[in-house]
Amino acid sequence: MPLDQSVIGKELPPSTLTVDAGRLRFFAKAIGETNPIFTDIDAAKSAGHANLPVPPTFLFGIELESPDAFEWLAGLGVDLRRVLHGEQSFTYHSTAVAGDVLTSTPTIGNVYSKKDGALEFIEKTSAVTRANGDLVAELKSVIVVRNPGAGK
Amino acid sequence: MTTTESLEVGTELPPLRIRPITRTTLALFAGASGDHNPMHIDIDVAKSAGLDDVFAHGMLSMAYLGRILTDNFDPASIRSYRVRFASITPVLGKPTATGKVTSIEDGLATLELTVTLADGTVTLTGDAVIAV
Repeated sequence: MPLDQSVIGKELPPSTLTVDAGRLRFFAKAIGETNPIFTDIDAAKSAGHANLPVPPTFLFGIELESPDAFEWLAGLGVDLRRVLHGEQSFTYHSTAVAGDVLTSTPTIGNVYSKKDGALEFIEKTSAVTRANGDLVAELKSVIVVRNPGAGK
Repeated sequence: MTTTESLEVGTELPPLRIRPITRTTLALFAGASGDHNPMHIDIDVAKSAGLDDVFAHGMLSMAYLGRILTDNFDPASIRSYRVRFASITPVLGKPTATGKVTSIEDGLATLELTVTLADGTVTLTGDAVIAV
């Protein structure tokens, strides 16, 4: 079932996350991070940060905060079990730290298929801003949907 | 921390060898990252999709690869970081993250990045641009 091309350019609801030091320590534990700047505020400050800095990929989780984080995919008719993460990029404009209130606003980019529809691709770009409007980062995801029955 | 003065094209960052990824790690990463996709933590859902088992979040490997950046550079100096996910990482997969400087121009170093499993499978390739 080909994806509906009319979703290209559609803005999705924004998500907001207050970056909490405890959550950053939990993230550090989960990824085996041992660099103390990510867990110890004194070490972070000695390294010139106002508070614990967020690790490079942490911002990806902002949009996953909403209880129905994958609803937008279901809305496109995509079965989450058939989804793979194809590509991910981050362009950074300023460093987020614990205490920041960050909002991620996603927009659906290009939607296309390969291999006679056996693979479909959904691009999504997101702008992450601080409460004062400053741009923190831009994210781009490429999501791959496997349709094993297609094209055969 | 690598002194940025010593960076030159061809410089390789010390590889980061990760212990085998356990189910506990996947559960912790699901909670910490916010990615609760059951394909990474619930074997029943994975089986319902025709797979034998859950597999690791791609973003977990991207986070490991990010560690070699922040082990060597100030997080504030990272201008961009991107990857392509080439293969899935199974439970107990043992990733090694590597990085190599491919260019230094106008105060920006570009690094080529890779995550490889113990059997040689390349799971992630990517690059990062760092202000040096």
